[in-house]
Amino acid sequence: MVKVHFTSHLRHVAPSDPVEAAGATVADVLTDVFARHPAVRGYVLDDQDRIRLHIAVFVDGTHVRKDILAAPVTPASEVYVLQALSGG
Amino acid sequence: MAERLYVSTRKGLLVYARDAKTWKHHATHFLGAPVSIVLPSADNQTVFCALNLGHFGAKLHRSTDGGVTWTELEPPKYPKVETSDAAEKEKAPAVAQLWSMAWAGPDKPGALWAGTTPGLFYSKDLGATWELNEGLWNMPERARWFGGGTIDPALHAICVDPRNSNRVAVAVSCGGVTVTEDGGKTWRVAGKGLRAEFMPPDQQFDPVIQDVHMLAQSPSHPQMWWVQHHNGIFVCTDDLQSWDEITTAPISHFGFPVAVHPKDGNTAWFVPAKKDEHRYPVDGNMVVNRTRDGGKTFETLRRGLPQGQCFDLVYRHGLAVDETGDHLAMGSTTGGLWTSPNGGDDWMLLTAHLAPIYAVRFA
Repeated sequence: MVKVHFTSHLRHVAPSDPVEAAGATVADVLTDVFARHPAVRGYVLDDQDRIRLHIAVFVDGTHVRKDILAAPVTPASEVYVLQALSGG
Repeated sequence: MAERLYVSTRKGLLVYARDAKTWKHHATHFLGAPVSIVLPSADNQTVFCALNLGHFGAKLHRSTDGGVTWTELEPPKYPKVETSDAAEKEKAPAVAQLWSMAWAGPDKPGALWAGTTPGLFYSKDLGATWELNEGLWNMPERARWFGGGTIDPALHAICVDPRNSNRVAVAVSCGGVTVTEDGGKTWRVAGKGLRAEFMPPDQQFDPVIQDVHMLAQSPSHPQMWWVQHHNGIFVCTDDLQSWDEITTAPISHFGFPVAVHPKDGNTAWFVPAKKDEHRYPVDGNMVVNRTRDGGKTFETLRRGLPQGQCFDLVYRHGLAVDETGDHLAMGSTTGGLWTSPNGGDDWMLLTAHLAPIYAVRFA
């Protein structure tokens, strides 16, 4: 199972521990996570189900910069859903 | 008489309660989060609080117990655009911020409007579900709206007519004034006479692209409307048929907010600032302009306001008047919060140390 970690900034809606999820792409595993944790969805995806502009997704240590949702994962993958840094 | 003053800031919602002489801090909610707009009910029991979380998008919370507890609601969202065209998919709209909220009228309990960037949404069920207003969204003129200070146009003002709740006027920066007479099914542009000096000469009176900074309808004389525009003040006395530019305001014609006296359509307040790329009080002196004769003349009010080395700008929702017309509140970009008990003649600093203030509201 893929392990999905969420930024601590989402603690009020996302689990603090990594979530195990199934799927072959980032989209698959997020869909699986959102089915069990629906409150997270709107914080990560926008109205059109795109990854929000200032969300950073890492798969197995690589920052996925294009076509994030289509990025492939394996059952051994670790996915980090993080907040891109900004001031203020 | 209003018992609460709601102050939306970049770092949370602060609520002040009236006491015998002034306003006292009552509660802070959503500490650290940017609060874009708040909509309280008249009895202060139901309160909507919109957050603009940046990374995580626009959020909406509702309290039905006066702010003791809050429930996060699904915010307004655009319908999903189903397409395999990647470019079309990328262009599909998403709500970036809730700019404005308004109750839909006393004959529509539980219903409310929300203005975004730039879609207008309607909820019949106290914010539980939202529908994009297709009439305004599909209006051909919308294609010519453009952003003013933000990438996307912002629908920042919603005026529900006190005579008829099916009559609603909205203002967009930059998209002028648009009004519906049938509850949002059809809309007409209502900007004849507005002038945009930032446009090429032959397009300056195009009503569709006007940068209306704020729109206000007189509650007592509802045929009378006021606009603080990017480059001037405008008044309408014929119920959204035409606008007249007011050129008598001293100090500056640039500013963001306008507030109208609840019992006198000829009395309105404005907060002038140095235009346009500067955006701070002219000569560093904070003032409020008040007209009592429909814009023929103005008084410049400054007692109690900082004079010299002042950089307080007041945003479009940063000035409010209560239902008596006596009490005003004003919040600034540098976190200054003032109230006036006498129509702006005198101002009292409540605090100078808040985060940037986006909106103030009495209830």
